[in-house]
Amino acid sequence: MHTVIEAPINAISTNKDASQVVVAGRNVFRVFSIEDDAFVERCNLRVGKNLNLNFSAADVTWNPVEDHLLASAATNGAVVTWNLNKPSRSKQELVFNEHKRTVNRVCFHSTEANLLLSGSQDGFMKLFDLRKKEVNCTFSGQSESVRDVQFCPHHYFQFAAAYENGNLQLWDLRRPDKWEKMFTAHSGPAFTLDWHPDDKNWIASAGRDRSIKIWEISHKPRLLHTVQTIASVARVKWRPSRKYHISSCSLLVDHNVNVWDIRRPYIPFASFEEHRDVVTGIMWKNDPYVFLSGSKDCTVYQHMFKDAVRPADRANPIGIDTNVNGDLGLAFSDKLLVAGKSQTGSSMLPHFFRSKGPDRSEQFTMASSSAVIFESVDKSTGLEWFIECATRYQLSGKSVEDLCDHNAAVAGSLNKHQVAQTWRILKLLYGGNTATPCPPRTVSVIGSPAVGEAHKAESEKVNLKQQLDGHLVQDHNRSTHTDGENKDTGDTSTAVSEDESDAESSLSLTNIASGQVNQQGDFFFGDGELETFDYPVTMANMDSMQDWTLPTEAIPLRHEIQDRLDSPDPLQNATDSPSSANESEFSSQAFGNAENATPMYNLQAIPFASQNPPWEFSHLVCDMLEYFAEQGDVQTSVSVLIILGNKMKTPVEDQKQEQWFMAYLELLTRFRLWGIANEVIKLSSHRAVASLNQQSTTVHTNCNKCFKPLTRAGWLCDRCKALTSTCSICHLPVKGLFAWCQGCSHGGHLEHLREWLMTHKHCPTGCGHICEYT
Amino acid sequence: MWLAQYYTTLTKCREIVPDLCSMQLYLYCSSKTDYTEIVPVDTDDEETQMLFVDAFLQNNRLEHIVQVMGYHPKYLDSFLKTQQYILRGDGPLPYDYRHYIAIMASARHQCSYLINLHKTEFLLCGGEETWLKGLDHIPQKLRDLYEIIKILAHRPWLISKNHIEKLTRGNDNWSLAEVMHALIIIAHFHAMCSFVYGCGIHPEIDEENGHTFRPSSSSDSEDNHSSSNSHSGSPTSTDAAAGIEALMERMKQLNETGEEPTQEEMLARFQKVESQSLELEAGKSQLSPKASILCYVEDPSFGYEDFAMRGAVQEIPTFRAQDFSWEDQGYSLANRLYSDIGTLLDDKFNTAYNLTYFTMGPNTDVDTSSFRRAIWNYIHCMYGIRHDDYNYGEVNHLLERYLKSYVKTVTCYPERVSKKDYDNFMRGFKHSEKVHVNLMLLEAKMQAELLYSLRALTRYMT
Repeated sequence: MHTVIEAPINAISTNKDASQVVVAGRNVFRVFSIEDDAFVERCNLRVGKNLNLNFSAADVTWNPVEDHLLASAATNGAVVTWNLNKPSRSKQELVFNEHKRTVNRVCFHSTEANLLLSGSQDGFMKLFDLRKKEVNCTFSGQSESVRDVQFCPHHYFQFAAAYENGNLQLWDLRRPDKWEKMFTAHSGPAFTLDWHPDDKNWIASAGRDRSIKIWEISHKPRLLHTVQTIASVARVKWRPSRKYHISSCSLLVDHNVNVWDIRRPYIPFASFEEHRDVVTGIMWKNDPYVFLSGSKDCTVYQHMFKDAVRPADRANPIGIDTNVNGDLGLAFSDKLLVAGKSQTGSSMLPHFFRSKGPDRSEQFTMASSSAVIFESVDKSTGLEWFIECATRYQLSGKSVEDLCDHNAAVAGSLNKHQVAQTWRILKLLYGGNTATPCPPRTVSVIGSPAVGEAHKAESEKVNLKQQLDGHLVQDHNRSTHTDGENKDTGDTSTAVSEDESDAESSLSLTNIASGQVNQQGDFFFGDGELETFDYPVTMANMDSMQDWTLPTEAIPLRHEIQDRLDSPDPLQNATDSPSSANESEFSSQAFGNAENATPMYNLQAIPFASQNPPWEFSHLVCDMLEYFAEQGDVQTSVSVLIILGNKMKTPVEDQKQEQWFMAYLELLTRFRLWGIANEVIKLSSHRAVASLNQQSTTVHTNCNKCFKPLTRAGWLCDRCKALTSTCSICHLPVKGLFAWCQGCSHGGHLEHLREWLMTHKHCPTGCGHICEYT
Repeated sequence: MWLAQYYTTLTKCREIVPDLCSMQLYLYCSSKTDYTEIVPVDTDDEETQMLFVDAFLQNNRLEHIVQVMGYHPKYLDSFLKTQQYILRGDGPLPYDYRHYIAIMASARHQCSYLINLHKTEFLLCGGEETWLKGLDHIPQKLRDLYEIIKILAHRPWLISKNHIEKLTRGNDNWSLAEVMHALIIIAHFHAMCSFVYGCGIHPEIDEENGHTFRPSSSSDSEDNHSSSNSHSGSPTSTDAAAGIEALMERMKQLNETGEEPTQEEMLARFQKVESQSLELEAGKSQLSPKASILCYVEDPSFGYEDFAMRGAVQEIPTFRAQDFSWEDQGYSLANRLYSDIGTLLDDKFNTAYNLTYFTMGPNTDVDTSSFRRAIWNYIHCMYGIRHDDYNYGEVNHLLERYLKSYVKTVTCYPERVSKKDYDNFMRGFKHSEKVHVNLMLLEAKMQAELLYSLRALTRYMT
């Protein structure tokens, strides 16, 4: 439930039994009583003839002992107390104009009704005695602005203060001259602090450095927990009767109230998303399930804990990554195991947790996760082919035809027949200006990716179904299949089969992946997989022909398997590597499906193509490049892009190109192929990529006298306070090329030396050496 | 002979850089500041010397601005770091854009000094020469920014979330990070214009009208003397000393007076200060800008208008510093969109605000904080920013009329500042102290512009 007020709220506070709430801001000051289903206004404190700044509060607090006493901190530095029992319309009682700057916080003593503490921007904290109506005691923060002060609820004499320089101080009321303890809690201002309601040695602080920190202060202050938030934290408040829960709101950007479990600092335990602007005040109603919040969007909300959004439930509980050695790491929440046991459908997951009742349990703290690391079996296979290709490919300097030929040969020699074939096709398509639009033979080849794809989608679907049923069919001889393929067409159709088998093998590979996991006795993972596979199935149904991009989850798995198989590149040609098929019982199943589909598509493809002689192929080339990239072979895509340049009529999207280039460059640098990386950058026609090697090109040289690195400028040594290299002819510093004789190590500007040597033989310095330059 | 050659080389190509000893040939000279008092390039002060070397390496020259700031090495340090970061550090905007924005921002105040500096920098960054022909030759994306540049220069309170929205929508739109970066550059250069005019900084030697040093011939100084005499009585040294005495006396009073003004009075005082500034005639009639500058200016008649005179008082309320402060919201937002800039600016603002040597003219051990705060808040007041916890009576109490009119002219109409204004304000104070005031002007103005624009950004984001 909530109520709307006419102006932004700066602070809220509740009375002792939390039946009433006071709401204060620059243009609002009201008291509401909290009924069952609504806020009912009890009185408006902002009344009177002249509404001056004393009625605009930066902070407000309700006396925890006397129910009729309120105190507010005005923005002009006044501390004002209010008495609700006053018979007159205006409830204002006392005004203290003691502070010179804005007062940031006021706080009543938790048991002593007449003690009020204030902390101000002017660096002072003042303790007011409401009976004497004057300042009892002043505490100086050494001219650092005080952002928050709070009495300790456990010790009569203790209070804590947070400062703009990030320090936290603990004070004793009896010793106004110096703090008891001080420590630096934050880099940048600390905005807020809160004592733990139960554990008397715990204190929470938060600030502009976007973190909430929990301190243990019994002896030497010790940092217990840190919660990282996404924005500067304006307020924190412990959740009553939950030791590890703390609520927070942000200063800007984030409009939620987040409740954190400090033991899990990465994701809020619960968050409340009702507010439309930043929240400025949080008050718990002496009850861990209900709290109030006020916000700059002019509303006060009463939140019930059961309405909370649980960000953790929406988070993806599976993480996966590979390293350069081809090892695969997989982490998944054990929740998935539980879910898999009790519910077959993964879509039921959130519901399942809901029904458990989020209030009662703190189940997430019990959550644990498992990490599985798959190591590649055969490390030697590595990615040598990649390095080979990278170094041997020629990307420029010849005609497209020659380059394609050369690269085809390279790919072929490395058993990458599909890639080799691609190069040959490209040569046919783009080589030579007179290139007559392709004979049908070629057409069928180019059409193949689409064919393969549709096919793949089909077989994938079937696969999944079978997997879902849990029956693994295992028959279908593979040899018939390949025979049929080879018989079908000449060498061009191998491309067809390649593409198909490609799809097949990759599918079978995913099967292997899950199979592999199963073998490790982890059959729940298999169930988890089902969830991710839901998506590909529907996708394949929806757009079988055009859009054959695989969902990304599947890709890393496939990579992993590449290395596990014996053949260095299982993608290249499954027909050539029977071992991969034999190795895995699952792959045969995939081939079985494939076989059913293949003849049909082949038959369709050829007539279709031959009916269209003036054939526009460039979008197919695009598709092909995309296909390679999706397969993880950015090398081919990028190399083709570079060689074709702007010959392609329908260019690949800019962004995609950039991604490929970046991926390829990253790979190249991983393998320390700097030279090739640079060549690629240079040849790239993409603007962002081409400018790469013009950035951070600085290499520091050393001083030629003291050998200290010249960090500031290449021609001036900080230590020697002298120029490092001057031209021996004009005696000015050489900033660019420094030409020098290796015999006497004298030199200077290239131009100057050239001029000199036209007429002289000896060194210009007069050292007598007869200089030799080559 | 050697010198002449040297200068031609220097002007034509920056590649040849003089060694440190010859750097002293860059002598600062100004008609307003006695050049003999300027920190020499080969200063004995180690810290300042290092900063000069740094600045020289950054910019390939020791700009006059930097040399004037050399009075305050502590500030110069953070100033150089910030400027280096926003112009040459990592950031979302391309380098040529940054310098072009600097040109556009400086053109609003007709500051040819900064324009020329950044024209060169712009070309060195590989900017297109055609852009320098004027606003008609630049990409639409940059043109879109002009509205904001114009408003921020003269009436920052007019900026609203609609302006931000316009930038971030449509074709060639700006990303929020880019907007942030641009806003900081704009504010920086608007404030720099004030500083350049306020201190009367002369063009660099390789620029038109630039010169290295002018011998302070006796006739010249007499000229100056007589001109100021004719303007306002005889500013003898005793006179000036008396002025400082009086100011210190007033500052003392301020700390002693016990009686507290009522709230109504406080509000009235703010409005009084606000409207009083109206009466200060700010310089003479507007100079007509040169054509070389005019090509970077659109709507040249748009200028500062007193905040108290704004048409729609209801729609544009006073900006409350307590509701949106640099330390809290401003810093967090800036750092979020453009990492590290918050820290740098925070450092710069704090240094400028807290800088003091506890001196006033010849007197030492003076607590100048109330005087500094009065200047700072007076500048904010002219832009309609009100600090709830400040008693604006202090402004009238501490700032004499000449100072106020100087501050107002430099802040709002920097192009109209004259040497007379510079001579007349804060008589008896040292040059370094006058530069100090100008530094505070720079920072307070920049902060005011940033506060308005960051608030608009926040409103757009929520």
